[in-house]
Amino acid sequence: MIKKVRPHVNQNEALLFERSSPGKLGYQLPPLDVPAVDPAAVLGAENTRAEIADFPEISEVEAIRHFTRLSTQNYAIDLGLYPLGSCTMKYNPRVNEQVARTEGLAWAHPYQPESLAQGILEVMAALEQALAEITGMDAVTLQPAAGAHGEFTGILMVRALLESQGDPRKKLLIPDSAHGTNPATASMAGYTVQNIKSNALGMVDVDELARAVDQNVAALMLTNPNTLGVFEVKISRIAEILHSKGAQLYMDGANMNALVGIARPGDFGADVMHLNLHKTFSTPHGGGGPGSGPVAVKSHLIPFLPKPRLTRGSDGTSDRWTWNYDLPQSIGRVRAFYGNIGMHVRALAYIMAHGGDGLRNATLDAVLNANYLRVLLEPYYQLPHQAPILHECVFSDARQAQRGVRTGDIAKRLIDYGFHPYTVSFPLIVPGAMMIEPTETESKAELDLFVDALISIAKEIEETPDLVLTAPHDTRTSRVDEVTAARKPILRWKP
Amino acid sequence: MRYLPKSDIERREMLSVLNAESLESLFAQLPAEVRLNRPLNISPGKSEYEIVDYFRARGDECANGYASFLGAGVYQHYRPVLVDTVVSRSEFLTSYTPYQAEISQGTLTTIFEFQTMICQLTGMEVANASMYDGSTAVPEAAMMAMRLTGRDRVLTARTVHPEYREVLVTYARHQGMPVAEVDYVRQTGALDLSELEQKIDSETAAVIIQSPNFFGIVEDVRRAAEIAHRHGALLIFVFAEAVSLGLLEPPRDADIVAGELQSFAISPSYGGPFAGIIATKEKFMRQMPGRIVGETKDTRENRAFCLTLAAREQHIRREKATSNICTNQALIALMATVFMTVYGKQGLRELASQNLAKAHYLAEKLPLRFTGPFFNEFVVTTNSRTPEAINRGLLEHKIICGLALGRFYPELDHAMLLCATEMSRREDMDIVAEALAR
Repeated sequence: MIKKVRPHVNQNEALLFERSSPGKLGYQLPPLDVPAVDPAAVLGAENTRAEIADFPEISEVEAIRHFTRLSTQNYAIDLGLYPLGSCTMKYNPRVNEQVARTEGLAWAHPYQPESLAQGILEVMAALEQALAEITGMDAVTLQPAAGAHGEFTGILMVRALLESQGDPRKKLLIPDSAHGTNPATASMAGYTVQNIKSNALGMVDVDELARAVDQNVAALMLTNPNTLGVFEVKISRIAEILHSKGAQLYMDGANMNALVGIARPGDFGADVMHLNLHKTFSTPHGGGGPGSGPVAVKSHLIPFLPKPRLTRGSDGTSDRWTWNYDLPQSIGRVRAFYGNIGMHVRALAYIMAHGGDGLRNATLDAVLNANYLRVLLEPYYQLPHQAPILHECVFSDARQAQRGVRTGDIAKRLIDYGFHPYTVSFPLIVPGAMMIEPTETESKAELDLFVDALISIAKEIEETPDLVLTAPHDTRTSRVDEVTAARKPILRWKP
Repeated sequence: MRYLPKSDIERREMLSVLNAESLESLFAQLPAEVRLNRPLNISPGKSEYEIVDYFRARGDECANGYASFLGAGVYQHYRPVLVDTVVSRSEFLTSYTPYQAEISQGTLTTIFEFQTMICQLTGMEVANASMYDGSTAVPEAAMMAMRLTGRDRVLTARTVHPEYREVLVTYARHQGMPVAEVDYVRQTGALDLSELEQKIDSETAAVIIQSPNFFGIVEDVRRAAEIAHRHGALLIFVFAEAVSLGLLEPPRDADIVAGELQSFAISPSYGGPFAGIIATKEKFMRQMPGRIVGETKDTRENRAFCLTLAAREQHIRREKATSNICTNQALIALMATVFMTVYGKQGLRELASQNLAKAHYLAEKLPLRFTGPFFNEFVVTTNSRTPEAINRGLLEHKIICGLALGRFYPELDHAMLLCATEMSRREDMDIVAEALAR
C-alpha cells in the first residue's frame, strides 16, 4: 500500500525574462552623497556599454514569488529521506546557517589586518585541529574548495614529495569502484591511470595490487569504506605493499561518515586524504555546492601543503594566529585567499554540537540505518556482494531487469512515493546499481516508509511493469527528455 | 542528541531485525589494529545557545564596526534581503545536485536563468553553472584554450590578480603549460600591448587579461584580442569586480570569460565561499568545464530543464574529462541570480554608476599612481610614508584603509590599492583623503 504520495504544487512559472516588463524595479539605492560622474567622460565612450539587452526588470514582489514558486519544484532533505549513495545527504543544522552569518565573520575581508581577524583564524585553527584528531593525521589544510579540489591538492603533494626524492613517477592506481573524480584528478595532476579490479567481495584484490605496484606507481587512490560500503579489511597490508615500493596511499574521504570515532585513516596507513565537509560534516549541498575539501596529511607531507599555512606566531606582545608564506617546498596555491571559510564555520558548529562522543554515536546510527535497509530489502532486490557493510548498501536491478525494468526506472518510481531516488548505476562494478546511503539523520519511521515503497515497487514490477517504466506520474514534471537536451543544446533563454 | 532522530528503544528494535547484539557488533569486520580504542579528543557536545555564543565571540574579535576601503578581488556591496530569504528556503539549501530532473526543476530553472544572465552581462553565448571561484576559473579556462588550440603556452598579464596567477601556476606546472607574464605600462597601469606583441608566438594558446585589472584600470580588450587572434591564440578575459559590467562594455572580443561573482551579494566571508563562472562562444561549449543546464521537454511536452552535455564530465568520461570538478558553488550562484534579478537592467547600471562616482570622489583628492581609466579601485602613491604606517594611523579611526602593494609588486612598495563602493560613506572617505594627502 502506498503510504506516502504527494502531489507537487502545480505552478507554471515563467522565466524571469518572460515576466520582465520595462520600467519595473526591485531595488532602491540611497541618494548619492557625492557628485555624479559621467561614465563616458571618465571611462571613455568606447569602454561604456549600452543597456544590458534583455536583462530582467521585475518588482520585488514578483521576484520573491518567482523564486519561492520555483523552490516548490525541488525535493530537499528538509522534506524527507535523500538516500543518495556516497553523497551523505544528512540533516543540515540550521544553527550553522545562523552562525555563518555572524557579522564579524561574514563581513571579514581576506586582506584585513591579521590583528582584526583573530576570531576567524581561531575558528579555522579549531577546525584544523578537530579534523586532524578525527582522521589521525598530523596536519590539515582548509584551502581546497570541494572534494575533487582536495583530491587535486593531495595528489599534487604526493607528486611534490616524490619529485623531492628524485622521481615524480608516472601513474596512479585506482580501483574500478572509484568515483570519476579520482581518474579525472589524476589527469589534471599529470598522471596516467591504471585501474585495479575488485575481487568477488568487492574489495581491492591484494594480489593484483602487489603485482601492479612498481617504481612507476606514485600512489593508490582508495576510498575506504569503498563505494559498496565495504571496509577494506586488508587495508594495513595494502598500505604496506605501497610503502614498500615507495608509493603513497591516498584516501578518498567521501565515505568518512562510516568511520568517525571508530577508526582513523592515519592509524591504518593513509598518507594523505581529503574530507568533504558537505558530506560528513553536514554543510548543506545547496543544489550542487558550495562544498569544502580539506586535506589531511602525515608529517612527511607537511612541507608540501599549499600556502599560506596558519601558524601560531608572536607579534612581540602576545601570541596570535598568523599566515605563513615562507614555505619553499609548498605546491603553491590551489585557490585565492584561504578556502571556503563559511563552510568551515558551519562544519565546526556541527562538530561542537556533537562533541567527540556524539560524532561517534552519529557513525553508529549511520551504520545501523544502512544495515537495517539492507536486511529488509534483500528479499526483494539482488545483493551482488555479501561482505558486511558500513554506511551504505548497493543492490543490483538484476531481478527486475528480467521484466525489462532497470535501476533508473525504479528510481523514477520512488519519486512517486515521495522519496528522492538512490544513486543510479554507480558504482560501475555493479551492473544496474542501486546505491543507498540513508545517513544517521533518518528516523526508523522514515526508513520503514522507504522500505515499504521499494517493496511495493518490486511488486508493481511483477504485476504492472509499465507503471514503473513510465514513472514518475505524480510530479509536476514528467520524465524529462535528456537525450534531446544533449543533442540540440539550448543553454540560455533568447527573446 | 538533537540531530539523531532515534530513541534507544527504536535502536534495539532495529538491532533485533539485524540479529545484532549491539551497535558495536556492526563493526566486527574491522581488524582490531585499525580500531580507535579511545574516545575522540573533542570536547562534549554543546547546546545551540553555547554555539551561537562562541561564534559571536569570535566575530567580535574581528573587524566589527570598521569601515573598509579594501577591494583587490573582494568587494563590499550591499546584500539585498531577498538574497538570504531565497537561499534559506530548505528546497534550495538542502537539495543535492539536480541529477533527478523531475524533482529538481527549481534548481535547474534558476541555473538556466543564471546562465542566461551571465551571457547577457558578458556578451558571451554560453555559460556554465559555476566554478569554485574566479581564481580556479582562470586555470580551467587556460586548459580549455589548450584543448581548443592544440597549443600549450599561456601568456598572462601581470595585472591579473596576483593570487589568481599563483593558482594558474600551480595548475599549469603539471599540464606541461609554460606560463609567461606580460608587464604593465608604468605610467598608465594598463597591460603593455607592445610587450604582448613581442612575447606572443605561434605556440601561444591563450592570452589572459583582467579588466578592470588588479590596479582597477580598464584594459583595452579589443586591442589585446586583436593581437591574440592575429597569432591564432584565444583571449581569456578575467573579471573580479562583476559590478563593473553594469557600465563597462562587455568583452565581446574575448573567446573565454573567466569571472568571479563575489560582488553579487556574496559575503566577503574572509575569502569564500564565492562563485566563479566560465562563459564562451557556442562553438567552444563542448570543451567547457563544469555543469551546464539545458532546456528540453518532458513526456507531456511541457518545457523542462536538465543537466546536459555530461559527456564532458568526470562521472562519465573519468580521466578524459574536461575537468575533475564535481561539486560547484550552486547556492552561491543562486545568490548572484537573485541579486541580478533584484537590481535588474536599471539597477545594475545605477549601482555601477554610484561605485564610479564614489571612487572618483575619493580619488580626486589623492596622488594617483596611474593615469589609466578606473572603475571603483585605484592605486595611490604614499610618497615618503609607507602604506603600513598610513594603515596603522587610520585603524585608530576604525578605518581599514588600502592594500599595501609591495607584497605583490616590489616596485610598488610605496603604493596602495583603494576601493570605494556604494557602501562607502562620504565622511569616512574624507578622513582617508586627509590622512593620505597629508
